Amino acid sequence: MTTGQQHSRSAVNTPGSTPAEAIRNFCIIAHIDHGKSTLADRMLQLTGVVSDRQMRAQYLDRMDIERERGITIKSQAVRLPYQAGDGRDYVLNLIDTPGHVDFTYEVSRSLAACEGAVLLVDAAQGIEAQTLANLYLALENDLLIIPVLNKIDLPSAQPEKYAAELAHIIGCDAADVLRVSAKTGEGVADLLDAVVDLVPPPAGDPEANPRALIFDSVYDPYRGVVTYVRVVDGALSPRERITMMSTGATHEALEIGVISPEPKASAGLAAGEVGYLITGVKDVRQSRVGDTVTSAARPAAESLGGYRDPRPMVFAGLYPIDGSDYPLLRDALDKLKLNDAALVYEPESSAALGFGFRCGFLGLLHLEIVRERLEREFNLDLISTAPNVVYRVIMEDAAEHVVTNPSEFPQGKVAEVFEPIVRATILAPSDFVGTVMELCQQRRGTMLGMDYLSEDRVELRYTLPLAEIVFDFFDQLKSRTRGYASLDYEPSGEQASELVKVDILLQGEKVDAFSAIVHKDKAYAYGVALTARLRELIPRQQFEVPIQAAIGSRVIARETIRAIRKDVLAKCYGGDISRKRKLLERQKEGKKRMKMVGRVEVPQEAFIAALSTSGETTQK
Amino acid sequence: MHVPYCRTRCGYCDFNTYTAAELGPGVSQASFAGDLVTEIDLVGEQWHPEAPVDTVFFGGGTPTMLPASDLVGVLDRIDEVFGLASDVEVTTEANPESVDYDYLAELRSGGFTRLSLGMQSASTAVLAALDRAHTPGRVQRVVAEARAAGFQRVSVDLIYGTPGESDDDWRDSLNAAVEAGVDHVSAYALTVEDGTAMAAAVRRGKLPVPDPDIAAARYEVADEILTGAGFEWYEISNWARPGQQCRHNLGYWDVDAQWWGFGPGAHGHVGDLRLVNVKHPKLYAEELAADRLPLAEYEVVSAEERRLERIMLSVRLRRGVSPWSDSARQVLEQLVAEGLMTRVGERFVLSRTGRLLADTATLRLAEADA
Repeated sequence: MTTGQQHSRSAVNTPGSTPAEAIRNFCIIAHIDHGKSTLADRMLQLTGVVSDRQMRAQYLDRMDIERERGITIKSQAVRLPYQAGDGRDYVLNLIDTPGHVDFTYEVSRSLAACEGAVLLVDAAQGIEAQTLANLYLALENDLLIIPVLNKIDLPSAQPEKYAAELAHIIGCDAADVLRVSAKTGEGVADLLDAVVDLVPPPAGDPEANPRALIFDSVYDPYRGVVTYVRVVDGALSPRERITMMSTGATHEALEIGVISPEPKASAGLAAGEVGYLITGVKDVRQSRVGDTVTSAARPAAESLGGYRDPRPMVFAGLYPIDGSDYPLLRDALDKLKLNDAALVYEPESSAALGFGFRCGFLGLLHLEIVRERLEREFNLDLISTAPNVVYRVIMEDAAEHVVTNPSEFPQGKVAEVFEPIVRATILAPSDFVGTVMELCQQRRGTMLGMDYLSEDRVELRYTLPLAEIVFDFFDQLKSRTRGYASLDYEPSGEQASELVKVDILLQGEKVDAFSAIVHKDKAYAYGVALTARLRELIPRQQFEVPIQAAIGSRVIARETIRAIRKDVLAKCYGGDISRKRKLLERQKEGKKRMKMVGRVEVPQEAFIAALSTSGETTQK
Repeated sequence: MHVPYCRTRCGYCDFNTYTAAELGPGVSQASFAGDLVTEIDLVGEQWHPEAPVDTVFFGGGTPTMLPASDLVGVLDRIDEVFGLASDVEVTTEANPESVDYDYLAELRSGGFTRLSLGMQSASTAVLAALDRAHTPGRVQRVVAEARAAGFQRVSVDLIYGTPGESDDDWRDSLNAAVEAGVDHVSAYALTVEDGTAMAAAVRRGKLPVPDPDIAAARYEVADEILTGAGFEWYEISNWARPGQQCRHNLGYWDVDAQWWGFGPGAHGHVGDLRLVNVKHPKLYAEELAADRLPLAEYEVVSAEERRLERIMLSVRLRRGVSPWSDSARQVLEQLVAEGLMTRVGERFVLSRTGRLLADTATLRLAEADA
């Protein structure tokens, strides 16, 4: 893949004037723990971007430096000047890809910024479902794939076996699978040479009106939004007005630069180059992943395509335990939104929980991240309701309701209910095929197909209702396969299902936060399991508390929490006093994590318990 | 005075106590009284309470494993170093099988005024379940011997809610205590403490987890029978005939009272400090031999913590609490409305139902403004 043309080292090394033939844009597709960060570290060292002395493990993931420099450097895109084995100078742009199923769309945009991908697989573990899914995405984007086994220095490595597996999956020869140890550096130089030789240089038109793909955008408290772009056609220069093609909004490009590995302003970015731009906007929504940037003065006729609004898949109510924290929660969400284009929320109120927000997330991990940041960074104590998906309810009079909160499921004559479904890929050792099939069956899955990746590893493909996997499916899958199975899924439209709303009543009062939408055939088991679970989770009160599950006015399950009669410790002498006081202090703290629902004190966990009891978990 | 010796270890007991076999060689029960005396001398050099000592309590363990002369000698040393009040209350705990008339007479003439017997139950089966060595009739005889030896004040400890105990067992135990002629009863719900043989048996499913509802019912029976027999509750787990409340116990529940705990693992309370001695008798003896106070740790109780202690301890008492702020009054009145408290003049006192839910009452009151 050489052009026979020599470029001067200075031209190659100057951002804004690097000839496309000298550029290789690539990413590393890997499962967490398979060594992506360590490999990136080695590449930084080997290309001299970071000296051995400066090298600290996993340089690009370091957070303290981000604060020191006042800019968020992540490994979104690093420019690596590299003199290859052929003696010529190249620029390798290593583009990072997020590693989780919630962020499939973001991954697809990162891949779209590349011409090649290093498929990095742990030689002791083999490929995982998410890696496989990202590999398929890379193939859809026509990326050149370089298969690599990492950790060949491990005694437990089985390079022959997993090379054969990789060769089978991507349809190459097992001998073409490179072997490296990111830890020792063995094979990394050969890998960089392979990137130069095999990955095609970018093919855009340097003379056309500019078009650049946004593959990431990050809010930085000092600089505002930092937008990461891959220039496809034309060139971008600082002080130029740029246009976001999805919205038509224009901004001034205050600074354009590259990261190598510190951010460094440049005279511009030429076709094929990768870098960042800063416009001074404060909200990542102004600079959306997947959007096309063009010049306001010389606008491109068409965008690069593939842009999609982030679509929340999972909803949950977030409520402050202390109702007076509501304004703090609102301010905190407003701040988080600046760095999270996918987060949506609107105020809602619950009879049980008071004032809060119904928030939409890309998936469960996203929910967890947001909730954890709210609690950690903003010091809020929150109750999260059980997560749910979005339902489309068609009434007999053809009226349509979109339900993001189960308690708002319409009463009356419902003609049809649609729920979102996903296409799931599960990789598991062949010993566990039966177990996995059983689980998917219980979760109303429909099998699409099954393939043996190797003698003892199987890929199963299913259509599953999103609602069935949103809560504990992954945990169940892991526990039933002793941790060996991996999962990936992507949205796949919707299906009509026979769904009903199950309400929970405490002391005869409906608790909206406990309402759930459940398949008709599972409603009874769900009601029995949830009332039993709530009886365990809700502490005994000074009075008896009946718990009922009901569909409409029909009660399907009932439990009773008997009134507490004794909580005092009989003995309280000299040595007991400190211990007893500390016990009471802990109880006092515990009470703060309780929510008063009517007269009943309900602990936080009870609100999450709702979906974890669906069906099979009760048989454990 | 904590005497950390027992002949055998009872399965439910988590106190700091050791059998000869557990201690092994190198720790001598014979020299223990000498260690206590050394500790008294060391403390006396540093602590100078304003008033003479008005109560001394020998507990354990089984203090009566030591010769009576040892106990008397320790008491004498306290008198020499700190001074004893003229009406001092001096109690020792005793296991019914560990004392006789001669022993008790020696204590009485040495200045002891009160005896607290570990009766636990009148049921053979329950005593066996608790690993207690005495037979049911023994308690009555010891009470008679104590009276004969000149002890006017005799108390028994009872335990309810032991696995296998029936309602009738419990009634029989209470009646036996009353009939034995004691003037004070402490009755405790069995608690399964971590690290005990009983906890292990419960964990393995060999014993049932004690049911708090059964314990509550037993408590109500105790309160009924003892009240009917002329006793009054003066603290959640303590009943006495008029004037026979244990002064020592009341000291623990008075957050302003001060005491020093001597012996391994003993707790003290001086000013805003809560002190704990080293637990193991061997380490305790070594510290004293090196002329050091055998303290293991201490805690400085903050004003906020003290506030919680004050509420937690004062609600346990018959004298109850008086409202210290408007919001405290509101909470107290609410607790009256819920049946957990009754109002006695300007004070608020736990009801029978409320005594069992004293933690609820304490936590609610702790929320009130200071």
